Amino acid sequence: MIENLPALQIVIPLLGAVLCALVRHGGIAWAISTLVSWMMPVVAGLILAQVLSDGAISYAMGGWAPPFGIEFRIDAANGFVLLLISVVGAVIMPYARRSVGAEISRRNQAWFYTMYLLCLCGLLGVSITGDAFNAFVFLEVSSLSTYALIALGKDRRALLAAYQYLIMGTIGATLYVIGVGLLYTMTGSLNFVDVAARIADMETTRPILAAIAFIMVGLSLKLALFPLHVWLPNAYAYAPSLATAFLAATATKVAVYLMLRFLFTVFGLHATFENLPLTEIFLALSIAAMFGASIVAIFQENVKRMLAYSSVAQIGYITLGIALANQTGLTGGIVHLFNHAMMKGALFLVLGAVAFRLGTVKIEELAGLGRRMPVTMGAFVVAGLSIIGTPGTAGFISKWYLAVGALEQGMWWLVFLLVASSLLSVVYIGRVVEVVWFRPLSEKAEGAREMPLDMLVPTLILVAATVYFGIDTSLTADIASSAASALLEGVK
Amino acid sequence: MELFENIIAHYNHWVTIFLMVAGLYIVVARGNMVKKLVGLSLFQTSVYLLYLTPGKILGGTPPILDPNFAVYSNPLPHVLMLTAIVVGVATLALGLALVVRINEAYGTIEEDEIFADGEGGE
Repeated sequence: MIENLPALQIVIPLLGAVLCALVRHGGIAWAISTLVSWMMPVVAGLILAQVLSDGAISYAMGGWAPPFGIEFRIDAANGFVLLLISVVGAVIMPYARRSVGAEISRRNQAWFYTMYLLCLCGLLGVSITGDAFNAFVFLEVSSLSTYALIALGKDRRALLAAYQYLIMGTIGATLYVIGVGLLYTMTGSLNFVDVAARIADMETTRPILAAIAFIMVGLSLKLALFPLHVWLPNAYAYAPSLATAFLAATATKVAVYLMLRFLFTVFGLHATFENLPLTEIFLALSIAAMFGASIVAIFQENVKRMLAYSSVAQIGYITLGIALANQTGLTGGIVHLFNHAMMKGALFLVLGAVAFRLGTVKIEELAGLGRRMPVTMGAFVVAGLSIIGTPGTAGFISKWYLAVGALEQGMWWLVFLLVASSLLSVVYIGRVVEVVWFRPLSEKAEGAREMPLDMLVPTLILVAATVYFGIDTSLTADIASSAASALLEGVK
Repeated sequence: MELFENIIAHYNHWVTIFLMVAGLYIVVARGNMVKKLVGLSLFQTSVYLLYLTPGKILGGTPPILDPNFAVYSNPLPHVLMLTAIVVGVATLALGLALVVRINEAYGTIEEDEIFADGEGGE
């Protein structure tokens, strides 16, 4: 049992998805998804504990020994990502019953849960696999189910957003697979570790450089790196609330992880950051994201869209950590990956509750809502403070590591840019806080009540997590730090 | 002359690149959502060639052990591309299903007509 844990990460959600599709009943499908989602953190936690005590785990899928068979390989970096995805999935499931019940037609509810579980399976699969082509397949499992999840949104613009995402996402995935094809032609292997061992004496050849370019651009599309983010704001704005919360917390993070894996494990520091101007490219794009997307966020009327733009900006912080490519900076990036999942998940759950009570997330309709939903809006304020990076919240920890990482690289000006972009997030978060707490009640907000307990508890858990991980960093920062050193060491 | 020989020697790659760029061009240049999906399919299909052609060795046989044959073609690209074809079919099917729904909701599948009334953006 214990040695087959890596396989269970994939098999359980996959079986759950099939069951949900067969029962065709919303309530039973919800029960199945909840059961599956609650099993996942246990499995991921056991795997991570094993990794942290005994080092990386290699699991030969189907008994075919790597590098010929598909290898599942878990070290501190992806063990951490696995835990993150499964915890987010587990926390949001109690919330799902009412939110999905209100937003999705009865006929489609079971399909919603089927798609959710397939997406979960795909995301876990990308994180766990040690095989470049297998990662593509899981990436597409998660992406295809994501397109369907987004298209289930009530607004007809959800269809358009799903279509645009499908086009962009497929181009991204195809670019990735072209890169993997070039890599395979050169090295004759698809296994990450095996490729890394064979690539050393050919890392400046043109096909390998082309492979790096194709894979980086393809993954940048998937992780919505500025300026390849155009699919994200609409997709997040019009998807069902629960889907938005889940995707914002997990989907782009998995693409970031895969990018880390390629940059540091497969190609290695020498082939990427030392031979190519990747630091400069990532720095420029990250800073553009931190400022450009934050400024656009300030002018959004739809709060969900505003937070979606904020996500693009926050991804900028994560890629900034990658650009620094030193121990502290990378730790900052990985910690931010976790912290951002917690706080953005919490914020989107709050908005899901607003949509549940008011049926809208337009900013002017939210006026005075703080008096009717004080706990919910209080949660928004705390999670918002974390987005800003106030000391005592998780957002501060990641920005601290990024700032120290920048100083270690001698880029003191970057610290000023970090602070300046945080001030922009003060503006957009502050705008919502001002409307919600200091304006007279709007007509729509008049009849609103606090959200039901089963929606409130998951939201508060995530909010509590953003505060807890701002004070006690032993879980997040320490694991992120060992993940960063595992990545920087490479496989040599 | 050398360039010419280079092109002939790698003509399979030139075909692949032509299909790739043509497909991507259609996705970008066309406003009709079905045509965009046609381009996307073409783009994905070109990848099959990218994988399959380097795997074939002239005179190589399928990798079945036989004392008469010593040179085998690589079977792995075929297996990979079978999977990629499945992914491509699923993407195309989902994309077309979305286009049907968009047509029901908007009464058109031309992007410029949909975006003309301020949809999609603000």
